Formats: sequence, C-alpha cells, structure tokens
Amino acid sequence: MKISYYPGCTLKNNAKNFEDSTLCSLKKLGIEVEELPRWNCCGTVFSLATDDLIHHVAPIRNLIRTKESNSEKIMTLCAMCFNTLKRANERVKADPESLEKINDFMYLEKINYEGDVKVLHLLEILRDEVKFENIAKKVVKPLKNLKVANYYGCLLVRPKEIGLDDVENPTILENLTTVLGADPADFPFKTECCASYQTVDKPEIVAERAFQILTSAQSQGADVVAVSCPLCAFNLDHRQKETVKKYPEFKNIPILYFSQILAIALSCPEESLRFDLHFVDPKPILKEKGLI
Amino acid sequence: MRINLSKRNIKDPFVVKVEELSGQNLLACYQCGKCSAGCPAVSEMDILPNQIIRYAQLGLKNELLQSKSIWICASCFTCNARCPKGINIAEIIEAIRQILLRKREDHVNLNKLSDAEKGDVPPIAIISNLRKFTS
Ligand code: SF4
Ligand code: SF4
Repeated sequence: MKISYYPGCTLKNNAKNFEDSTLCSLKKLGIEVEELPRWNCCGTVFSLATDDLIHHVAPIRNLIRTKESNSEKIMTLCAMCFNTLKRANERVKADPESLEKINDFMYLEKINYEGDVKVLHLLEILRDEVKFENIAKKVVKPLKNLKVANYYGCLLVRPKEIGLDDVENPTILENLTTVLGADPADFPFKTECCASYQTVDKPEIVAERAFQILTSAQSQGADVVAVSCPLCAFNLDHRQKETVKKYPEFKNIPILYFSQILAIALSCPEESLRFDLHFVDPKPILKEKGLI
Repeated sequence: MRINLSKRNIKDPFVVKVEELSGQNLLACYQCGKCSAGCPAVSEMDILPNQIIRYAQLGLKNELLQSKSIWICASCFTCNARCPKGINIAEIIEAIRQILLRKREDHVNLNKLSDAEKGDVPPIAIISNLRKFTS
C-alpha cells in the first residue's frame, strides 16, 4: 500500500519525534509513504468566519498538490492539520460557489479543485486500512505493564461531522494501545482542551490546564500520556515546567505521541523516537518496564 | 452591573454583523447554559459562553467588545458539540473577535513578546495564536 503524506510545519522541527516514529512504524507495517511535493502550511486553524474564504486557500492548495501527485487521499498526522484540511475540504464540497471563488483565486494552478480528495488521519489508516488485528500480529515488543492515558484533545473528534471517532467518548487510541499490549487508563479529561494557542501569550492558563489533565491521568495510575497533536504535546509536556512552579507537589509525567508507543511495540530503533525533543524524559519509565 | 435594554441596541448593526459572520441565529438560544457547563475556560472568563449569546441577543455591544472572554476562548468546540439547539457558540465568539480584529485592534503584538516567549514555542503555536488574535 502506498499513501500520500502531508507533514505540516511542526512535524519537521519540534515534532520530529512524531514524524520519525510514524515513518518507521509504517515501514514496519509494509506501507509506503510518499511526502507531498511542494506542500504548504495549512494555516493551523480552520477559519470560522462565514465570509473568510482567503484562509481556505492554503488548505485547498494542498489538496490540489495531492491530486497532482495522482492520489485521491492524503494522510495527516498532526491533529490541527487534519482538522483544518478536512474542514476546508468539507466546506468547499458543501458550497460550490466558494469553491469556484477559491479556484479562481488560484488561477495559476494547472488544475481546478473539485472536492474529490479524501483527508485522512494516520489513526484512520491504521484502523480502517491496515486494521488493528494485523498490527497485533506485527507487535515484537508487547507493552506489558505500561499504563497509557490516551489524550485526544479537541481536533481529532470535534466537530462531530469531521471527527474520526465518537465526539464525547472516543476509544480509537485505547483500542490501538490495547492491541500493542499496553493497559489503557480511562480518565475523564481525555477530550478536554489543553488551552491550545493560549500558550503563546497566556502560558499560565495552559500550565493550569496541564495540571488538571495530567493529575487526572495520574489518579488513574497512568505511567505516560499519549497524544496526537504537536500543540497538545508542547502544552502537556514542556509547560510542565510552569506547572511545577505553580504546584510544587506536582510530579512530572512523560508525554508520548501514540506513534512513538507504536514504534516501541514494533521495535523501531531508538533514534526514531527522538527523546531529545521531550521536556519530561520518557526513558526512565520505559527502561523500568523493559521497553527500551 | 446595570444593563440598559433598548430596542435600538437589539437592532444595532453589531447584532446583524455577529449573525452574519458567525452564520448563526442568535435567537435560537434558549439559555439552557449547557455551553457554559462544559466549557473548560469558564474559570478565566468574565462573561460566560451562554451569557455571551444573551448579551449578543440584547445588542450589548460594548460589554462584548470589552470582555476578556472572547480572548480566553480557545475554540475547542466543546460548546458547539453539546448545544441542544445546534448553535455554534465558538463561531459567535469568533465573529466578535473578528469585529475588533478587522479594525486592526490586535490582541497580541508579536513584537512585545519576549524572545523566551517566542523562542520556546513551536511554529504551530505561533501561527495559530496570530491567526486568532491578530488581523
Ligand atoms: S447550549 Fe446552546 S441553547 Fe444552551 S445556552 Fe448555550 S447556546 Fe444557548
Ligand atoms: S469553544 Fe470557547 S466557549 Fe466553547 S467550550 Fe471551548 S473555550 Fe469554551
């Protein structure tokens, strides 16, 4: 199986651990990945104002690139890219007049976009195309005794129309981590917002939210928290620096991308996990569990 | 707080603009409060999400434009997912932000952030923050 891949900006720097662990895992699962040529930033947030068409140009242009590479679907990793590309796609599909305006604006493009690309998240590819039962067969290192709190955040599941699982109680990550041999920890904050972009000018709000989300996971015995969004990862991992300042009794907990957990189970080399990019070092707990 | 209710306020072009930019019918809201009950940001807000809708119905333009809440909302879409009337509250809050941003009244000035503030955070944070808080 070959699939077109849209990385987005952060996967090429702060979230290189997300990208490298995914690429290694997909190779082990026998999937060929082709990075989209000439991709551009999606803009990170879907534009909500009804008259704001200009901000849909960036995501739609990536869908044109997908067509140019003779593909009908595009795989995203970052939850924000997934949400922005998919919502922009649904928006223009439901509104041909907007689509025409956006196409007119991009008159230098060789093809017109017709709403015919499918935007998928890596988790959907793993669930629906590779299938979890086949992943189970390829697990080399079952994640025995590792208690994982699976954190979805907002943009994988909301709004309902584009979400990849149930809007209030998604379980796709639990199902995946179970197949990998880990023990998922259920916790009530799994779809609670980490305060997102507030991290730039109001980091104290994020530190507080991280405290609530992470202590909830810890109260269920979690060893690590799994995420799927580079902004959640930054807010829950790196902002723990601020959380500890506010709550000295708070105990740090490692944050991992679900793809890193997958990569460990599939026995990818440690270089692909890029633990150097983490604030809270996941190595001690993984060593203790005999996983690295 | 004293609130002045008047027909003039209710018919203010501001109300029309909020409805237009958000694509929502403000009068559909029957003030059940479910949006505020699920909002993770209420502890930081001065006007709660259901109150934002009520104020908008009543045309309380200045109160809304000066409220802290519109800059606290993180567009997490929890309110939208739970509203029994199918109202997109996050879009209404976006519309109010847009009314200010379109007058170049930015909420964040990148030049005023320290190097540490800018240097630490990933591109995804900077881009989304500027998309939401600047014109
Ligand atoms: S949940 Fe909907 S109907 Fe209820 S107060 Fe909020 S906006 Fe109004
Ligand atoms: S979108 Fe904004 S108002 Fe709605 S629940 Fe999230 S933070 Fe609260």
